[in-house]
Formats: sequence, C-alpha cells, structure tokens
Amino acid sequence: MIDKTVTSLEAAVAGIFDGATVMIGGFGTAGQPAELIDALIAQGAKDLTIVNNNAGNGELGLAALLKARRVRKIVCSFPRQADSQVFDALYRAGEIELELVPQGHLAVRIQAAGAGLGAVFTPTGYGTLLAEGKETREIDGRHYVLEYPIKADFALIKAHRGDRWGNLVYRKSARNFGPIMAMAATTTIAQVSEIVPLGALDPEAIVTPGIFVKRVVAVAGSAALAA
Amino acid sequence: MNKWTRDDIARRVAQDIPEGAYVNLGIGLPTKVANYLPKDREIFLHSENGLLGMGPAPAPGHEDPELINAGKEPVTLLEGGAFFHHGDSFAMMRGGHLDVCVLGAFQVSASGDLANWHTGAPDAIPAVGGAMDLAIGAKQVFVMTDHLTKTGECKIVERCTYPLTGIGCVDRIYTDLAVIDITPRGLEVIEIVEGLSFEALQNVTPVPLIHAPRAA
Repeated sequence: MIDKTVTSLEAAVAGIFDGATVMIGGFGTAGQPAELIDALIAQGAKDLTIVNNNAGNGELGLAALLKARRVRKIVCSFPRQADSQVFDALYRAGEIELELVPQGHLAVRIQAAGAGLGAVFTPTGYGTLLAEGKETREIDGRHYVLEYPIKADFALIKAHRGDRWGNLVYRKSARNFGPIMAMAATTTIAQVSEIVPLGALDPEAIVTPGIFVKRVVAVAGSAALAA
Repeated sequence: MNKWTRDDIARRVAQDIPEGAYVNLGIGLPTKVANYLPKDREIFLHSENGLLGMGPAPAPGHEDPELINAGKEPVTLLEGGAFFHHGDSFAMMRGGHLDVCVLGAFQVSASGDLANWHTGAPDAIPAVGGAMDLAIGAKQVFVMTDHLTKTGECKIVERCTYPLTGIGCVDRIYTDLAVIDITPRGLEVIEIVEGLSFEALQNVTPVPLIHAPRAA
C-alpha cells in the first residue's frame, strides 16, 4: 500500500542536506509552510539556496531560517518589504547572496523545470537591468529573453487537504506557488491542515496530483484556517 | 489652478475602464482606482497572487490571512471569483489576457518606457515583484503619478535615467495636471486640469507635447 503520509514534521524534513536548493511556497506569509520551516531549522541543514517569492516577513518562518544563518543564497522577486528586517540586515552585511528575478520569471522558470523544458523565451524584462548579459531573440517581431529553469532538491509547500497518494487541494490565495513548486523539486513535502481518506478529494478538483508529491504531513493548528 | 488630488486621478482612471475589463491595479497609488470603479459596470480585478474577481477589504474581524492582495493586505473574493496558481496568474499577465493594468512610476519616457521598480541607488535593496510582467503584458498600460517629483522635476522625460521596467509599454499617463496619450505622433495632451494653460503645462514638461483636447 502506498502511503506518502508521515506522522511527524521531523520525518517530513528528513534528508534535507547541506547545500540543498529548497523551494518554499508562499506569497508573504499566505501559503508559507511555517511548521515545515521550523522543522528544517531544528533539523539543521545549512548552506541552503532558498527559492521563494519574498525573503521573509517579521521574525518567523522563512525569516527565522534566515536569522538562523542557514541560507547562503535566496532567489526571489520581492525581498524588500516593511517587515523584511532580517533579510535587509544580512544583505547589507554581505552575508546572503540575492538573485533577483521578476515574479513571472520565477513562476515560468519553476514551471519550465517541472515540465522538463531546457529554457524559455519570455518577453518580460527585455531591455532592462535584469536581462543584462542574457541571450535574446526576436520572434514574430517581438523581443524575448532566454531564461533557464529553476530546479530544486526539495520543495516545502502548504496545502489545505491531502491524501495518502499525495493528491492536494489548496485554500484561497495560499495556493500561489505551491502547485508549480511541487512539480519542480525532486522531493516535494506538503504540510496540510487535514489528511483525508483516499477518494475523499473530488478528482475534478484536485489541484496537485500525487505524482508530484513525496511526503504529506498534517499540521494541527493550521486547521484554524480550515473553515 | 486646481491640481487633481490622488483621489481625483483615481476617479479619472476609473472612468476609462470599460464594462467587462480584466484589470490589474498595481500596488500603491493605483489600488485607489478600485474605490471609484463605476458601480454599474462589471469589472474583473486580477491580483498577481492568484485571484480574479477580487473584492474590497473585508469588514473588521473578517480578515483571512490566506485571502490577500498583491500588497499583502486582506481582501475578499466576489461571487464568481476564482483562485489559481502563480503560473496561471503570470500567464494571464504575460500572455496579454489582461485588458488594463494601472501602474505607478518614477519616470515615463516620451516613447513609453517605464521606470518604476528601482532607483538604482547603490544602498537600495532591489525588489521587482510583478512590475516587469505587468508592464509588458496588459493590452493597455496606464500610469498614474504626480506630474512633478517633490523636488520639482518632471516625471515625463525624454529618456528614463532610472533602471527600466519595460520598453515602449505605456499607453496613457494620468498625472495631477493632465491626461496624456503616448502615440506614434508623440505625447498628446487630451485633458488639462482646470486653470492651467497648455503652454504652462509644456513649460514644466521637458519633452514636446501636442495639444489634442478631447471632449470628456
């Protein structure tokens, strides 16, 4: 019997190694798998490359991982926010590397990795600082920039409900990067508010089919959001 | 002269958004446009983090941390609204599916180049978010901005000196002094704030303007 559910957060993040590239879902704190991140901090992996839209908010979750000095490099679109003080201090001290990526590039490069594409030509950013030095091409009279996939060893994502095959549904705007990151990582680990029996998720409504998911862990407490 | 207030500009932009339009309002000043959309039109607001049919802020006490807008503020979803992932959301932008986006600006050039993401200052932490995708993706790109900076420099320039967000992407500029279309013929001033002459507007704008008033 296939059972991708694990019973502890510790088991969920087992095997994340030093130097790994780890995608972390979320847009700000919506959809950020805070409990998996806490488990990763406790697990101890360091020298990580993190892929996220932002660079941490306040002192919890991703910000706490940065504060614990586990992150060598962050790939993101919008690091600077009113409450990104942890990242700001590390960046100004030269203690974290930043790869700044337009948000649509972040999405499409993650999708390219998940879909097995070698690269994509995208019109976004053509002629700007963020396309400097990159290959370009004119196609049908429009200019495009060549962008390469972003792959990861692990993806930590937050979904709403999951089953033992790894099928997932999400909740409201917490969906954001979850479904595409799940496709782009070798090992995708999902925290869910509730694990439901096989067959309980409407097959017409499953957003992430289980093929993209290796481990599912239920997190008590995020059930407060289940209403 | 009665300069338009930010709410006046937002109200003016809102008039130009037609029934049925799919619209993204950039963070900051453009979000004010939502307050003035005509109630008799159905207009679909898109938010980059995966919403279509975004509604207004919830009543106090009804905020949901998993239902937010691009500025990470709590919002609501209208009946008929939808959630989707970031790949689809940016395909809507990049793929030309949005009718209108409204953005703020540091500078706009005479040929419609936009600079709105980075001052280029050496100590600034750069952040770009979805600005570059919005700038090049929507069928029409509106900019709303003060005409002059706090120190009196015009934001409409021959060439942007700040790092660009997109090239030749802006269609119309709404400032506190005028509404200006960027056309192959040049910058056509279609409306001017009451009490300001075209000559006076030209005097504070360092690129040639064309007087092309249109009946409102």
